[in-house]
Amino acid sequence: MASPTAAPSNPLEETDGDVTYIRTDPELPPVAVIDRSPITTRHKIIFGIIALLGAVAWAIIAFLRGETVNAVWFVIAAICTYIIGYRFYARLVEMNIVQPRDDEATPAEVFENDTDYMPTDRRVLFGHHFAAIAGAGPLVGPVLAMQMGYLPGAIWIIIGAVFAGCVQDYLVLWVSTRRRGRSLGQMVRDEIGAVGGASAIVAVFVIMVILLAVLALVVVNALAESPWGVFSIAMTIPIAIFMGLYLRFLRPGRVSEVTLIGVVLLLLAVVAGNWVAGTAWGQDWFGLSKVALSWCVVIYGFAASVLPVWFLLAPRDYLSTFMKVGTITLLALGILIARPVVQAPAVSAFAHSGTGPVFAGALFPFLFITIACGALSGFHSLISSGTTPKMLEKQSQMRLIGYGGMLTESFVGIMALVTAAILNQHLYFVLNAPEGKTGGAAESAAAYVNTLPLGGNPITAGQVKQAAAAVGETSIVSRTGGAPTLAIGMSDVLHRAFGGPALQAFWYHFAIMFEALFILTTVDAGTRVARFMLSDALGNLGGPLRKFRNPSWRPGAWACSLIVVALWGSVLLMGVTDPLGGINTLFPLFGIANQLLAAIALTLVSVVVVKKGYLKWLWIPGVPLLWDLTVTLTASWLKIFSADPALGYWSLHRQCQQALDAGKTRCSTAKNVDQVHDVIRNTFIQGTLSIVFAVLVVIVVVTGVIMALRVIRGGGIPLTEDEPVPSRLFAPSGLIPTANEREVQRQWDAQAKSPAKSVGTGAR
Amino acid sequence: MGRAGQIARQVRWYWGTLMGDTHYQRYVEYRRRVHPGEPVPTEREYWKIRHAATENHPGAGCC
Repeated sequence: MASPTAAPSNPLEETDGDVTYIRTDPELPPVAVIDRSPITTRHKIIFGIIALLGAVAWAIIAFLRGETVNAVWFVIAAICTYIIGYRFYARLVEMNIVQPRDDEATPAEVFENDTDYMPTDRRVLFGHHFAAIAGAGPLVGPVLAMQMGYLPGAIWIIIGAVFAGCVQDYLVLWVSTRRRGRSLGQMVRDEIGAVGGASAIVAVFVIMVILLAVLALVVVNALAESPWGVFSIAMTIPIAIFMGLYLRFLRPGRVSEVTLIGVVLLLLAVVAGNWVAGTAWGQDWFGLSKVALSWCVVIYGFAASVLPVWFLLAPRDYLSTFMKVGTITLLALGILIARPVVQAPAVSAFAHSGTGPVFAGALFPFLFITIACGALSGFHSLISSGTTPKMLEKQSQMRLIGYGGMLTESFVGIMALVTAAILNQHLYFVLNAPEGKTGGAAESAAAYVNTLPLGGNPITAGQVKQAAAAVGETSIVSRTGGAPTLAIGMSDVLHRAFGGPALQAFWYHFAIMFEALFILTTVDAGTRVARFMLSDALGNLGGPLRKFRNPSWRPGAWACSLIVVALWGSVLLMGVTDPLGGINTLFPLFGIANQLLAAIALTLVSVVVVKKGYLKWLWIPGVPLLWDLTVTLTASWLKIFSADPALGYWSLHRQCQQALDAGKTRCSTAKNVDQVHDVIRNTFIQGTLSIVFAVLVVIVVVTGVIMALRVIRGGGIPLTEDEPVPSRLFAPSGLIPTANEREVQRQWDAQAKSPAKSVGTGAR
Repeated sequence: MGRAGQIARQVRWYWGTLMGDTHYQRYVEYRRRVHPGEPVPTEREYWKIRHAATENHPGAGCC
């Protein structure tokens, strides 16, 4: 399946029909297999059937009205589109831009040191890459976007992934692999220049802080006043420490063994949580308010950043990886077994009016901002540069890892969309409307959602209470942030597929624990990464600050951790105490930050494409870049300049300031003077952050465009690609090796001493 | 060996390699290949080296 382009006059080339074998050493078997055979009739028929099935599924999702749509059609539409996208569009990108050369060694092979640079089996690397990019984003975004109905979300998650998200991940991986796995910020500096580079590095740091704050806010909203949830997630800390000690002192290296023990303990903790929540001391200790819980998360983030990694961070990462892969597989099976029916409308009344309670604004641009990670995620560019390229065996595997990894993430987004779409829509808004609107009680919440233009039967307070009791909670009103909604949808699917009604509460808390677990894994690892970014930046200022460059200098580590935690912690506390509901005001900022990071990554890729001379193919990264900039800068513009106080940070800021000056004690949903002050301060911070993001990204894009124009005129900074080194190892390109690749692999296995061995090559 | 046994072995291999069970074995092979004749650290020492490396080069997880 691979189509690396061969050097034209290579004496070590051997062609057999449509297949070319390239050697870099006459003594060794080939290191690259280039298969140019045309598509077979059998494949044509298979892909034709897949395309047809996908088209039928899309038609059912999009045009079936007045009847119920089964959720399985979403899964079919998604998978068929992914297969066609991977086989044809990703191939187009591969043949015209990436042009992989398997006779050249990857950074992993050249710099192999068995710590960060190590050639890793493609299937294993796919798992690593997926575990690194997948998180709460694709789960939460589609749930919140359900406010607009299922159709716009489904279209953007699937089509956006194929043409924008996967392309970004794939091409950033390509650019970084040709530059020893350099990070995004470094590459922007090398290719676009010092100004763009510095802006990119600052933008990445600020965006990281917002990411951490909003993710922590999602966890806090899911766990506040829920002793069961807090107990089970708190237990993950002693369980992780036990695992760390076990690996350090009892049985080093037995990672999957200790992870299985950890997962069993975790399930016991979820079961025990029900019992703990029923006791008086359990209520006392674990029934924490949002503010108290925020402080716990802040302290936890700080501790994880300064404690040794083997003690807490590494074992939590093992648990999180296991739970991610395991639960997502379980959910996919659950949807196929339970085959639930969608209750949401295809397009809701809020899509046009923009007056929905979950987040403000109309479909364009705010749907795209809200879905973020499931379709296009700027944060992935931080993984695709830096970590993954240092483990890649062969350039032709980038399509599987970069493009294929993001397709899987998009599929996670589709499953999240399904779990939100199968909920009763009145219940959905009871969960997701901010407390200022629902009033916090079942009666007032039912009364409020019955005034919304939803259609269907109105909901009663009794039904709201019953829904809470079914999942073992006292209240589900205004559990904003997406995680509780997803958990209710998941418990609905999973109890129907596995275990019946008796297990519904268990599955709800299992789902909450699963989301909180990997959000906290992002929070702890992210705090650490941000700490390193900060100390690096301080160290580069020179003078007495040079000491910060040494990561083992404890005072520096503590000071930088404290600054990072203080930054995201204050945004988190601002969110939990916000009278408007933190998710409503902060989630758009998170989405904008993420999409602006994607704009930086796509700008870098576009500049490299221009420098390589592939002007004809500039549209491949260029169109997603233009779309992303249009969406994100429009959203930023509205957030900064809109005269509607529900939308614009500054107009609400002015409105509340004027109300206060006029001696009023109410403004928007703020009900007393303190709350009015909160709104004035919060909108100031949020408004300032929106301006900072937009300005930084505009600088990067403008410097990128200037650089591209200079290059087209024959000037500009030259490419900084590494000199190619001949490869001395072989590995298949796609997930399943072709017959020719199997034959070459047999030759390598027969070779008495292989010059290089990849992870797990022995077991093939 | 039946087909089921083969699949079970492959799952075991995949999971072990993804999580880290086989990393020490790979390290031993790497040391023998790149630094032949030199003593190879024990499994305990190897994981200390690995963790010290992650300590100073943290990898970001995503959203």
